[in-house]
Amino acid sequence: MNWKRAAIAAGVALPIIGLLAFGMTRDPKDIPSPLPGNPAPSVELATFAPGDEPVLVRAAGTPVRLSAMRDTVVVVNFFASWCMPCRVEHPALSAIARRYADRPVRFFGVLYNDTEANARRWIDMMGGQPYPALADPGARTAIDFGVYGVPETFFVGRDGRVASKFTGPLTEAVLTQKLDSLLAPAAPKGAE
Amino acid sequence: MIPVRMAMATCILRVAAAVAASTATAGAQAGLPPAPAAAGAEAPPSQPMIGLTTQVPTIGVDSALEARVKSVSATLRCPVCQGLSLQDSPSELAQQMRGVVREQMAQGKSDDEVRQYFIAKYGDWILLKPKAEGFSTLVYLLPALFVVGGAAVVWVMAKRWSVPVATAQGLDEPAPTPQPVSATAP
Repeated sequence: MNWKRAAIAAGVALPIIGLLAFGMTRDPKDIPSPLPGNPAPSVELATFAPGDEPVLVRAAGTPVRLSAMRDTVVVVNFFASWCMPCRVEHPALSAIARRYADRPVRFFGVLYNDTEANARRWIDMMGGQPYPALADPGARTAIDFGVYGVPETFFVGRDGRVASKFTGPLTEAVLTQKLDSLLAPAAPKGAE
Repeated sequence: MIPVRMAMATCILRVAAAVAASTATAGAQAGLPPAPAAAGAEAPPSQPMIGLTTQVPTIGVDSALEARVKSVSATLRCPVCQGLSLQDSPSELAQQMRGVVREQMAQGKSDDEVRQYFIAKYGDWILLKPKAEGFSTLVYLLPALFVVGGAAVVWVMAKRWSVPVATAQGLDEPAPTPQPVSATAP
């Protein structure tokens, strides 16, 4: 009788415990993006901070079109001055943007729910930014990329498709690894 | 942000509640313990928000369009909230996303096309009510399973506890003395 009861209890409890245990292995904050593999959403935004690396500079006010950048790897980084992890990743992004300036890589910062004045002040405070920053009024481009927080960074390959998305603060190691793999097919090691 | 490790468990319970309650909005709110009485469109400002909250005045109110915006926004998840719909969230991103819903509808997109747009950008995750396919099917099967299983348990227990009438009478006849006090007439 007790054995039967124990068996029934185990039969009921084990699947529930199993389901909950499976839930514990998943991060509810980790939302897989459907973008990688698909053509990058169109970007047509105005520059508000030009950048300070000569190759990357875009005069303030000039429009930036992602569709015009064929055969170029594009790094689209969504940021805001109120975002703490953005401060953490900014030195890494800047260093890598400078290091890869002579490669077919373009970096853009897209401002997310922030004012241009705040962002300009923030860029100055961070010691400048080598790549241009773009304004995204109403976060329309951010929504087009499925952004739900900052920092989020999208890597667009030379074929104009989103190669990958990175959520959270980037490091130099991650950036180098991603860019090298995206640049590899058309630029073999001998070209370095 | 809030580290919610138990969110999978709460999610399952919440969706079960969403199935029980007929509307997705009512279900999402029923799953939120801190807001038991918040039935209106205004959610309490205790939700985690990113950035500033500004009420965007609606310009050119088209009641039919607004009704469609509301009904579709109620089925889409606010990305920066915990279990709130776009319609119920006061956060800046949710307001902007409602703006996108409105814009696309004004351009002539159907409700489903607008939903498809958000699914293409955020994945099926953006739907408050998960699709009945793959692993998510469990969310719809389990409540039904529990009801049927529960009914079976009740039935088995009821059978076990009740004594057949014939046996009961047979038991009562040889020993009528230990009757309850109320049953014996003074």
